[in-house]
Amino acid sequence: MAKTYKLYLGGKFPRSESGRVYPVTDTAGKFLANAAHASRKDLREAVVAARKAFPGWSSATAYNRGQVLYRVAEVLEGRRDQFTAEVAASEGLSAKRAESQVDAAIDRWVWYAGWTDKIASVLGAANPVAGPYFSFTVPEPTGVVGVLAPQKSSLLGLVSVLAPVLATGSTAVVVSSADRPLPAITLSEVLATSDVPGGVANILTGRASELGPWLASHGDVNALDPTGATPEERVQLAQEAAGTVKRVLTVADDEPDWTAEPDLSRLRRYLEAKTVWHPLGV
Amino acid sequence: MGIFEYAPAPESRAIANLKDHYKPFVDGEFVDGSGEPLKTLNPATEEILAEVGTASASDVDTAVKAARRAYTDVWSKMPGVERAKYLFRIARLIQERSRELAVLETLDNGKPIKESRDSDVPTAAAHFFYHAGWADKLGYAGYGPDPKPLGVAGQVIPWNFPLLMLAWKIAPALATGNTVVLKPAETTPLTALVFGEICQQAELPAGVVNILPGAGDIGASIVEHEDVDKIAFTGSTEVGKLIQRTVAGTRKKLTLELGGKAANVVFDDAPLDQAVEGIVNGIFFNQGHVCCAGSRLLVQESIAEEVLEKLRYRVSTLRLGDPLDKNTDIGAINSAEQLAKIRGLVESGDAEGAQRWTSPCPVPDRGFFFAPTVFSDVHQSMRIAREEIFGPVLSVLTFRTPEEAITKANNTPYGLSAGIWTEKGSRILWMANQLRAGVVWANTFNRFDPAAPFGGYQESGFGREGGRTGLEAYLSV
Amino acid sequence: MTATTSPSAAPDTPAPLADVTRDDASLRRFLHGLPGVDQVGVEQRAAGLGTRSIKKEAKRWAIDTAISMVDLTTLEGADTRGKVRALAAKALRPDPERQDCPRVAALCVYPDLVQTAVEALAGSAVHVASVATGFPSGRTSREVKLADTRLAVEAGAHEVDMVIDRGAFLEGRYMDVFEEIRAVKAACGETHLKVILETGELATYDNVRRASWLALLAGGDFIKTSTGKVSPAATLPVTHVMLQAVHDWFTRTGELRGVKPAGGIRTTKDAIKYLVAVHEVAGEQWLTPELFRFGASSLLNDLLLQRRTQVDGHYSGPDYVTVD
Repeated sequence: MAKTYKLYLGGKFPRSESGRVYPVTDTAGKFLANAAHASRKDLREAVVAARKAFPGWSSATAYNRGQVLYRVAEVLEGRRDQFTAEVAASEGLSAKRAESQVDAAIDRWVWYAGWTDKIASVLGAANPVAGPYFSFTVPEPTGVVGVLAPQKSSLLGLVSVLAPVLATGSTAVVVSSADRPLPAITLSEVLATSDVPGGVANILTGRASELGPWLASHGDVNALDPTGATPEERVQLAQEAAGTVKRVLTVADDEPDWTAEPDLSRLRRYLEAKTVWHPLGV
Repeated sequence: MGIFEYAPAPESRAIANLKDHYKPFVDGEFVDGSGEPLKTLNPATEEILAEVGTASASDVDTAVKAARRAYTDVWSKMPGVERAKYLFRIARLIQERSRELAVLETLDNGKPIKESRDSDVPTAAAHFFYHAGWADKLGYAGYGPDPKPLGVAGQVIPWNFPLLMLAWKIAPALATGNTVVLKPAETTPLTALVFGEICQQAELPAGVVNILPGAGDIGASIVEHEDVDKIAFTGSTEVGKLIQRTVAGTRKKLTLELGGKAANVVFDDAPLDQAVEGIVNGIFFNQGHVCCAGSRLLVQESIAEEVLEKLRYRVSTLRLGDPLDKNTDIGAINSAEQLAKIRGLVESGDAEGAQRWTSPCPVPDRGFFFAPTVFSDVHQSMRIAREEIFGPVLSVLTFRTPEEAITKANNTPYGLSAGIWTEKGSRILWMANQLRAGVVWANTFNRFDPAAPFGGYQESGFGREGGRTGLEAYLSV
Repeated sequence: MTATTSPSAAPDTPAPLADVTRDDASLRRFLHGLPGVDQVGVEQRAAGLGTRSIKKEAKRWAIDTAISMVDLTTLEGADTRGKVRALAAKALRPDPERQDCPRVAALCVYPDLVQTAVEALAGSAVHVASVATGFPSGRTSREVKLADTRLAVEAGAHEVDMVIDRGAFLEGRYMDVFEEIRAVKAACGETHLKVILETGELATYDNVRRASWLALLAGGDFIKTSTGKVSPAATLPVTHVMLQAVHDWFTRTGELRGVKPAGGIRTTKDAIKYLVAVHEVAGEQWLTPELFRFGASSLLNDLLLQRRTQVDGHYSGPDYVTVD
């Protein structure tokens, strides 16, 4: 049963304002469904939604964010079979290998969910300054993050780049894998049916090469993960991003092995250390 | 003339051991640079202090090669405990030569001797002490058991705190095992070159630190050099963007410490006299040549008049003049170019309808001086409320509620620092949480410490300097 | 304290502040509404001003000015008429060999020795100041305090240095403290009143600021830091807070009131730091013995030594100044 899917934007599922759709096939070329082909105006709306959601999401307690993200992992797990089938079709994997990708994605999401209320104690500090002051440093979310999701790893890769953004308290505008968008679409449904506030994560199906430059130059986007762009495109994106001093993730030319255990580097990239000083006196 | 006129109390210029000529420091030696020599001025007198040899692009290449050799053959192999000894030695030498460095800094930069003596130089030494201790403890810094250095670090620093910015850059780079090619600012190269002597005295292995005086083109050559692994820049947002664009798509790790337009927010329940001190310190420290200067005063409307009255009285007691005089509070603007920029922005303030008040202090005929200036009736839309003036000019705006204060404070593409003045603890923490700035000073301003990370949000740059957080900039993590 | 017993129409509370002392609640509200004092900030400012380098003519001027501001003090149980007469001679001619050396501002003694001091200083411009009100602790009845004051005034004191009731202040009975100062002021008549806050017992700068305003509201001509019997006595930051208070008082009322740090100021270097603070915190017009005094004993000899060094161009020694 071929469907025509929509975008996930501000907690809703609108069509692309352009009306465009594109066919999605499996690796053998078999038609699977139509996906919405996001335009730069959809991207603009997604950034507005992400910015609007930022104050609430970033000021939610870390415990609360963790609970919300754990809930996402539970719902994700509830759709394990659907994800397995979509990953298998999208990536041309055997059911068994697809299943292990899905399990790894669930574990990854849980791993990041558990970080929300540890980040500040691991990356923050009480600074022993030489004077009568109490000085402390807290990591705070950087803001709106633009994510060009991996083109190959349709679910585990996507989860590996989106979850750290949300764990820090930042909000995300994600451009999914262009040719393998079905797991991203299903993840949108998972996000919509768990407790993630609308606008915190926005997932657009479409072309990174088309939308990336608009994300990179956007004045209200604070950071950019260019994973889903080609190495050549990434140079241009990084140049565009310089116009607003964006934090741009340094990524390897080829997609990494997403099953490898992650470290803190992605979390760190979406955090700003804020140092606060106050005198000590009576 | 007042009844209590302080007699001149100048620090002796001889202490600076000023030489006629200074040369680039490459591979452990002072060498003739092949660039056009520059003449560095005393901005307080407009007299030439010395001729300084500059680097050319080929000198950059020589220096980078020396730094690479030193990295590969010596510095990256050396155990942290040994690297630490060099850093301790450098710290001690800065302390031992502190008077010389302070006077030289004041001559070259124009800042008051009391600031170079009590702030710049001691804090520079403190940065080396602090980072010396990290050199053999990097495994405990939270970047894995054995974090690796990046290699050769190219560093470009500004003229507002010449030696201190050098220390902010070089100390963490060396502690983490990197070698350095550093370009001091064109108008303030002298203390950096004396630092070259200190490296020699400390018997730092040749090539670990290289110092190349020159103009922006030499900075660009360093940034563009293929064999540089890391770029650290402190300076204007405009140049920072160019650098970010240049290194885009390369493997170079980048940290930027850029401009600011900090809001200093004063509530009606503030400790007013100390708030006035903090406002003065925030904008008139170092002639306002401070990226984190509290250049936008946001004062609660209900006390605006009282604060302005107290502020004007206090500012009128600031002593402007000979930077070498121990009683000088406000020294010289660093260059004719900067003075022209300040004047231009002040004129825009007049034209846009802000009310200008200038301290009645006498201003010397010679040298680049600008009397402390306070603009009231400033609105967010004016240039003097949005652009970094980088001079002794304060823009005063008002607000009615905490929410309005936050909205106005955050309404800027910058995000380096901010100040809060209120005696209500919960409001301090709420404000600190809401302000989008990398450093928030509550009931104080312009405090710096090597143990406290410093750096900005948004267009004020990325990466931090100081503290455990600051090590990340020089580690492959 | 109720409104009916408070002097609501106090003739010498300046009009802009008349409402403040209407009743206990108003007074409390006012004092607690004064801006707080941040300890680190004020201490930093004081230390910063302490780095001023005063040389040459400025130093000579400062030394002579400081000498002319000294309240030469003896407040010991062992004080005798002989001791007071000796100090009076010193007050009139601090450096007998140098006729151009200024005289001090006043001689400060216990009430029972006022008469001796007055006689010894008769015909001179050196004032006699007397401590009173159960100095130094003030732990006696209102009646005794007023009698103590009258004793000093009737014996001819030009100035009375009273102590406030710190116990009442710390209990929050501000109106009691206020009324006591008013009563002493009334007993003083034309005699100048200095109000000793004993800042070392008030403990916080917020309290120092409140006590300063309380004393100014009650009509004190001077506010004075300390008795000299409690440590810490005068400090630079405490004096800063008080100088700020008289500056602000002037801004609000147009009236000039004075400040007297007392106790612990022993060297010329310290005295000059205080003068710098007077100059830059209160303002130039406070640089007169009418508005600033040093309560001190050993300070005078160091000032004289330094004066000789400045005038003679070589260092002097303690045998060249008189010890009384």
